[in-house]
Amino acid sequence: MDAPAKKKLRLATATLAGCFGCHMSFLDIDERLFDLVELVEFDRSPLTDIKEVGPCDIGLIEGGLCNAENVHVLRDFRKHCRILVAVGACAINGGLPAQRNPIPLHEILSEVYLTEPGLAHSGIPNDPELPLPLNKVHPIHEVVKVDYFLPGCPPSGDAIWKFLTDLLAGREPELGHALMHYD
Amino acid sequence: MSKTFTLDGKDVPFRDGQTIIEAALEAGHYIPHLCHHPDFKAHGSCKLCTVKVNGRQTASCTMQAAEGQVVESETEELNSERRALTQMLFVEGNHFCPSCEKSGDCQLQATAYHLNMMTAHYDHFFPNRPLDASHPDFLLDFNRCILCSLCVRASRDVDGKNVFALAGRGIKSHLIVNARSGKLADTDFSAADKAASVCPVGVILPKRRGFAVPIGERTFDKQPIDAYVDTRIARKEE
Ligand code: SF4
Ligand code: SF4
Ligand code: FES
Repeated sequence: MDAPAKKKLRLATATLAGCFGCHMSFLDIDERLFDLVELVEFDRSPLTDIKEVGPCDIGLIEGGLCNAENVHVLRDFRKHCRILVAVGACAINGGLPAQRNPIPLHEILSEVYLTEPGLAHSGIPNDPELPLPLNKVHPIHEVVKVDYFLPGCPPSGDAIWKFLTDLLAGREPELGHALMHYD
Repeated sequence: MSKTFTLDGKDVPFRDGQTIIEAALEAGHYIPHLCHHPDFKAHGSCKLCTVKVNGRQTASCTMQAAEGQVVESETEELNSERRALTQMLFVEGNHFCPSCEKSGDCQLQATAYHLNMMTAHYDHFFPNRPLDASHPDFLLDFNRCILCSLCVRASRDVDGKNVFALAGRGIKSHLIVNARSGKLADTDFSAADKAASVCPVGVILPKRRGFAVPIGERTFDKQPIDAYVDTRIARKEE
């Protein structure tokens, strides 16, 4: 009897309050993507354009939490993914968006939409379609349990590859000096 | 014959009066540290240099070396405590390495790499600490201060100026500038001061010198911190 075909693991990715840089860096694994799709099936991801996350083995989250929708997507990922990974500075410590944290939100909104000379002063947006901003930008581990952290702004393609191949092989991911970066 | 103690099983020679960390670094053995500096009296505040001496924890930068001591340093137990201390330093300030000029040259960051710190783990404080850009040549970004007091010691003990001080207690401790206005511009601080180059992190930064060395080619991009043993000893040799 033939051995059963090896089941592919399901992998989902999402961007919350990030710049898509981590996803761009993910694409920097270049032709190794061909090796990757031998091992994984993509679920929800900007790469597949699937909008809802299904039951997955691994979820990669780029970006921190700056609004209510980010929190919703993150919780949904946590519910559906066996292993959740915070990828990049923003997911891990809020990153560049969190540099707004020391300034009260209303001051930022009024400066941009009401008072700063040279801007349109169209009023603070209040469309029900828009997710409400959070008072502060939060790293994702402050809201859900995170299983692994992959630092970098963004982590390099090589770091992402090393991390994923370790994880997929059932090893504890280990970056080592050359690939460990917070910048 | 010189006196020795053992560090993780290896013999380390020392001279009378040396602390454990001084003897260890001199012999080429790295012990993580942030507030220790070979040119200054010990401050003993960061506790990153904590080791076990004959089974009891103590700061190796304040503990005098003694004949026959059995010192443990590179153990999983000590390194996980050091990691927790480092994580607390990260969440107490605002450390956004991607936008920090010190990134790659920073002792705190390099120590965190050494300790395999993948996340700051604790909830971030996100404190509000405005910059001081008053001085024509230097910028102070208090968001990154780890209260090591090296600038305080350098300015007071070497420059004879007393430009910096630590104020407040406990969680309220913070760095201040000794001027009525609290501004660096109103002190006699200058680029030639020892205090201008001693900060292990990205607080005291020269203006108009961003990215002179590109990210990727900086001190700790080349080698991890333990390979330098002490970067400040390495710099002297250059
Ligand atoms: S001081 Fe060091 S740890 Fe802090 S932001 Fe700058 S590089 Fe990162
Ligand atoms: S400014 Fe730098 S040298 Fe001074 S106490 Fe803070 S971290 Fe230490
Ligand atoms: S280096 Fe010893 S307490 Fe900081």
